[in-house]
Amino acid sequence: MTTAPTSSSRPGRAQRLPLRARVAVAAGRLVAWSSRVVRFGTGSVIGGRVSLLIDRDLLEKLTTSREVVIVSATNGKTTTTKLLSSALGADRPVVSNWLGANMTPGIVAALATANATDTAILEVDERWVDSVLRATTANTVVLLNLSRDQLDRTQEVRKLADQWRRAFQATPPRTVIANADDPLVTWAALAAPFVVWVSTGQEWTADAAGCPACSGRIEFTSAGWSCTECDLQRPPINASVNNQSISLDDQTFVVKLALPGHVNRVNATFALAAARSLGANSARALDALDDVSEVAGRYRIATINGTSIRLLLAKNPAGWHEALELLEGPSTPLIIAINARIADGHDPSWLWDVAYERVGQRFVVAIGERRHDLSVRFRYGTINHVVAEDLDAALELIRQSPHFDPAQPIDIASNYTAFQEHLERVGGVL
Amino acid sequence: MTTNGSRTNHDSAVRIVSLYPDLLGTYGDGGNALVFIRRLEWRGIAVDHVIVEAGEEVPDSADLYLVGGGEDGPQVQAAKELERSKGVHRAVDKGAVVLAVCAGMQILGHHFPDASGATQTGLGLLDCETIHVDRPRAVGELLTANARLVRGASSLDLGPLTGFENHAGRTLPGPNSLALASVEIGEGNGGGTEGVITGTVVGTYLHGPALARNPKLADGLLSWIVGTSALTTLDDSDIEILRSERIRAAREHELAPRRSWRDVLKRS
Repeated sequence: MTTAPTSSSRPGRAQRLPLRARVAVAAGRLVAWSSRVVRFGTGSVIGGRVSLLIDRDLLEKLTTSREVVIVSATNGKTTTTKLLSSALGADRPVVSNWLGANMTPGIVAALATANATDTAILEVDERWVDSVLRATTANTVVLLNLSRDQLDRTQEVRKLADQWRRAFQATPPRTVIANADDPLVTWAALAAPFVVWVSTGQEWTADAAGCPACSGRIEFTSAGWSCTECDLQRPPINASVNNQSISLDDQTFVVKLALPGHVNRVNATFALAAARSLGANSARALDALDDVSEVAGRYRIATINGTSIRLLLAKNPAGWHEALELLEGPSTPLIIAINARIADGHDPSWLWDVAYERVGQRFVVAIGERRHDLSVRFRYGTINHVVAEDLDAALELIRQSPHFDPAQPIDIASNYTAFQEHLERVGGVL
Repeated sequence: MTTNGSRTNHDSAVRIVSLYPDLLGTYGDGGNALVFIRRLEWRGIAVDHVIVEAGEEVPDSADLYLVGGGEDGPQVQAAKELERSKGVHRAVDKGAVVLAVCAGMQILGHHFPDASGATQTGLGLLDCETIHVDRPRAVGELLTANARLVRGASSLDLGPLTGFENHAGRTLPGPNSLALASVEIGEGNGGGTEGVITGTVVGTYLHGPALARNPKLADGLLSWIVGTSALTTLDDSDIEILRSERIRAAREHELAPRRSWRDVLKRS
């Protein structure tokens, strides 16, 4: 029943790119290559920018002959993009920007390197869904969640939901796969002609109490949610997930993910729903989902100065809510790292919206440029903690602490730029 | 409830109400409640903390009310519900202390602008007006000169206030109010001052949260309820490190937003 009305899908024979577009792609590649040679970075974003300067309609031209899927959210878009790429990649060629360069320049750079008919699985920044959808006329859009993040530079979530809604009215995708437990996502997705509704069991609802449709109030119950003043309510669901399996289209699929936690079972549910709506073989897709063990360094287990560590990423209150599911069990020491650069958001007041108390008796070492903000947060949370100058000092403190167990990896949970630094320490993206 | 003089002893638990964290909880201001609670508990003073969500009855018997920052839409809804309930109005009449942050401060004034810029009626508990101004949002570190928490004849020196601001409106304190401080770095109310005090109701644009980064403001407000002598000295050395770090960052404009020349022209 969750089959969208089949429209004539665009992908067919690849057309050769127009001359201007080919020049733009070549120039972008040259700039990206130069950037790598001088070790400035991966060069994908700057290369994409140069390409777009030469041909600003390049994204449109690079997607005329291919199926396009957009994946967007506040949290989980990189992981879900990776999972969906693996699931679809099991039976067709795919191209993806899953390293996280998720605005038009990064997307253009990723597509420029691929065959013109490869299915594109695009992670798209929440604020860019509108323009990427318009340029690519993507057939499938996956919407995981919307919550507060980097409030100093992004928009309030209601404005983002409104932007999404207008995007689906202007350029309707064939299928939207959306989180029915998130009122903001639901309201945006309701503008699309056909939606597969996924129940995520989302516990973080703190950003959705105000109704996006009428400024009334959303009431949450165990059965769902509804507005007290208008008729917005949780739609009937098509998919859900529990500890062992995904229910989708009245079928049950057993999952044994290598990735940990409920949040990744949710991400896998979206990936499976999207893969099936694109005609993928379910059994092969499931095997591919189970096999994904690391996503751009997230959940990597590695060794630093002889000590085993595990890297975790959490960028905002909703992300920490999920990460704490993994952090509240063990009793081993833990490192938490917070920066507040542009990519993190300059205001870490949100640390007070995170229930760090859930780590219980664990010994926590605070690092990162905002370690003193963390320290004050932990003091008021009566969390057993110290502050260290950097990662090496933190690991040294832990090795000397009575709580240290060399057999257990030390969890290092970080926000975005702190995570990137730690990932570099253990060899970067594999 | 005593309305003047300081008590050396609070006879029962200090009753704290966090108002509508579901509508006005976007900017981390919920942390202010935790700061109040711990700073009382660490001094052996009992606390009774109640979280009141939108749609629930607002009690009028608490000692201290907290209102946080939020988005434009929910802000209007919160003002509507608080006006309907009048619970906070009755509590303030009885001498209760209120700390309102950002959107919370705006709705406690006489008027405030909604998402479209239209004027909405506020609760009138703070003598101030917040108006819509055509300029970029004020976003960044906010640092003040020495602040004073004034009530009647008593005036407490709070030192500089430090925090992070993120708001669009400009707030004009009225004749029956005082500002908390003058601004050294950032925007604050917009006319060179930061914060509004009307009787026992205090508003500020500071996030961080405000009380996490300004423990003297927390203790100053608590002293209005339990008296200064009940507030024994705490070891705040970790907070002092954070404060000096943030004051340095503000003075060095470490996190100053990048603005186009158009924004700069608009602002001046």
